[in-house]
Amino acid sequence: MFETIAQQLLLGLTNGMVFALVALGYTMVYGILEFINFAHGDVFMLSAFFALTLVGWFAVPGMDGAMLAGALLGIVVATTLFGAGVNWSVDRLVYKPLRKAPKLAPLVSAIGVSFVLQNVGLIWGALKMDVFGGGGQPAAPKSFPALLPTTNLLNSNTLTLQVKDVLVIAASLVIMAGLYLLVTRTKLGKAMRATAQDPQTARLMGIDVDAVIGATFLIGGGLAGFAAVVYALYINTVYYQMGYQNGLYAFTAAVVGGIGNIPGAVLGGLLLGLVRALSDQFIGAQWQPAVLFGILILILVFRPAGLLGSTAREKV
Amino acid sequence: MAVAGNWRKWLTLETGLLLFAVLYPLVPFVDLAADAADLSVHLDQRLVTIFIYGLLVVALNVQVGYAGLLQLGVAAFFGIGAMTTGVVTVDKYPFHFGFWGALLAAPAVAALAGLFIGAPTLRLRGDYLAIVTLGFGEVLRTVLVNLENITDGPRGLNPVAEVWVPGFVKELAGAGDDNEARLLVMYYVALLVLVAAVVLLHVLERTRIGRAFVALREDELAAACMGLDPGRIKLAAFAGGAALAGLAGALYATNLTTTADPTNYDFNNAIMVLCCLILGGLGSLRGALLGAALLIGFDNVLSPLLDKGIAALAGETQHPLAKYSAWRWFVFGAALIAMMRFRPEGLFPARRVAQELREPTNARAAEPEAS
Repeated sequence: MFETIAQQLLLGLTNGMVFALVALGYTMVYGILEFINFAHGDVFMLSAFFALTLVGWFAVPGMDGAMLAGALLGIVVATTLFGAGVNWSVDRLVYKPLRKAPKLAPLVSAIGVSFVLQNVGLIWGALKMDVFGGGGQPAAPKSFPALLPTTNLLNSNTLTLQVKDVLVIAASLVIMAGLYLLVTRTKLGKAMRATAQDPQTARLMGIDVDAVIGATFLIGGGLAGFAAVVYALYINTVYYQMGYQNGLYAFTAAVVGGIGNIPGAVLGGLLLGLVRALSDQFIGAQWQPAVLFGILILILVFRPAGLLGSTAREKV
Repeated sequence: MAVAGNWRKWLTLETGLLLFAVLYPLVPFVDLAADAADLSVHLDQRLVTIFIYGLLVVALNVQVGYAGLLQLGVAAFFGIGAMTTGVVTVDKYPFHFGFWGALLAAPAVAALAGLFIGAPTLRLRGDYLAIVTLGFGEVLRTVLVNLENITDGPRGLNPVAEVWVPGFVKELAGAGDDNEARLLVMYYVALLVLVAAVVLLHVLERTRIGRAFVALREDELAAACMGLDPGRIKLAAFAGGAALAGLAGALYATNLTTTADPTNYDFNNAIMVLCCLILGGLGSLRGALLGAALLIGFDNVLSPLLDKGIAALAGETQHPLAKYSAWRWFVFGAALIAMMRFRPEGLFPARRVAQELREPTNARAAEPEAS
């Protein structure tokens, strides 16, 4: 019993890292634009497809040792850049012209983008590559090769702590620490915080608000890309609808932590990951959406500001 | 004299379509032509789907169009209506209300569900409401799928009570062809319910409560200052829209004679309905109806034909993506994006909504003038 719970907590922690990374993208965009980027989860999904394509392209599963490590690093960097690029382009092409429109317009557009990207994922899955199963069944889940070593680090039969767990957690922590430093210590971070607080005043102080918004989408997309590689390496499955559900869970995480609040997104992500693992174990995986969305509804009804409160300004 | 002089006023797109819908089953020329060309279109049966979705779109219009409450859970209320119809009519449960009972029970239960989810959430800001209703839809779908011994899972509760068929129709259809008579009556019942709902809403637009909805959408603070109670008005819009969606669900289940697979009431369905409304024009009854006719008509009538045509061209070596249905969501998504960018008020807009959507709002003071 104890081992089961410990094992589930470990699983939840790793899962929570992925949620947290994706939630950061939601929370940063919301903090500045007060806009729920519905398509963010689908940027995550496309990034996972991109990573799988690279794996197939360079025949990574055949490598070992230093070659493999180098290839993995390359894939992480390339996919992060890919996610950043996609997110930035979507903002540039779709959301930016709607900045002055009523709130409904960007929200509905984002739903549209989400469906377009999901369809792109479906088509991507039809590529005639071995990693996509020859492309015959575009909608079927694709398996992502297990590239990280699965050796158990613990001297136990019931509890496993694999190298991949440690790598996933460590890498996520490094990225989050980097983001924290970026937001709190750099000039760009200061500009982002100022813009989130009051865009108009920020502009009067000489901050290029458009550039800051662009940077926010770039960073959020990059985090989603990074999270996609982590997810793919850890869960070993990618499919075209993975962005919708994981994206909504990550959004839930952002709301739980207090949307607009960066440490809140991490806290919310970890909490949600743990809740999901425990509910899968003790309630049943088929109830997962009901449990997680139930939490979302309860938090929004009883504590809309989330656990850590919100740094985003309140509007009347 | 007055009637003769006014006849042009009555000759509009709406009356033309209504006339077409009323007369179509008598002379189903499209179906006859399609049969001759070996295409099996069954427009008469697909029209029922369009009527039901039309009702769903005008229901969503009450909430999103009139009152400006963006909710993404319309499919949930649709599902609740269908499930209620199942529960109160199938043999498995002790109610046996029959068709007319279901037609009353389904909107009542859906309205209660609307109050239940609306009361605690309507004070939330617009986009939060969207997320809560989306979450509610997902929770409901999960529950329906998982409580298999109550909902009968993917098969759905069946057989749902059939539509009431008057004796003379049975005689007209001839002995032994009950199904034909049932489909015909179903067609007219769906059409009648839709027309009744539209007339009701048309009247509502000019009443105190209808104007209150619009006032709330335009400026909640100003409306409250004028003595309106935003909470109660929002709740009324939410429950009213939910009731209509539930009614659509009752017709849907009756038409299929089963409550169908719960995944029919998922988020994609809600988006489809929202697409219809946005394409046609938020806040405009005419837009809602024409949006449903265009989009559901396209999806149900033209796209299968399109797929068939492509398959005939491609022959045996058809690529899995070389068909329209593989690109369906791409088309809908792109349509939403394009509408929001170039014509946010929809194809057949309500004048006031068009103005609101075109004007930059003060609330988004974040952005400066283009430099």
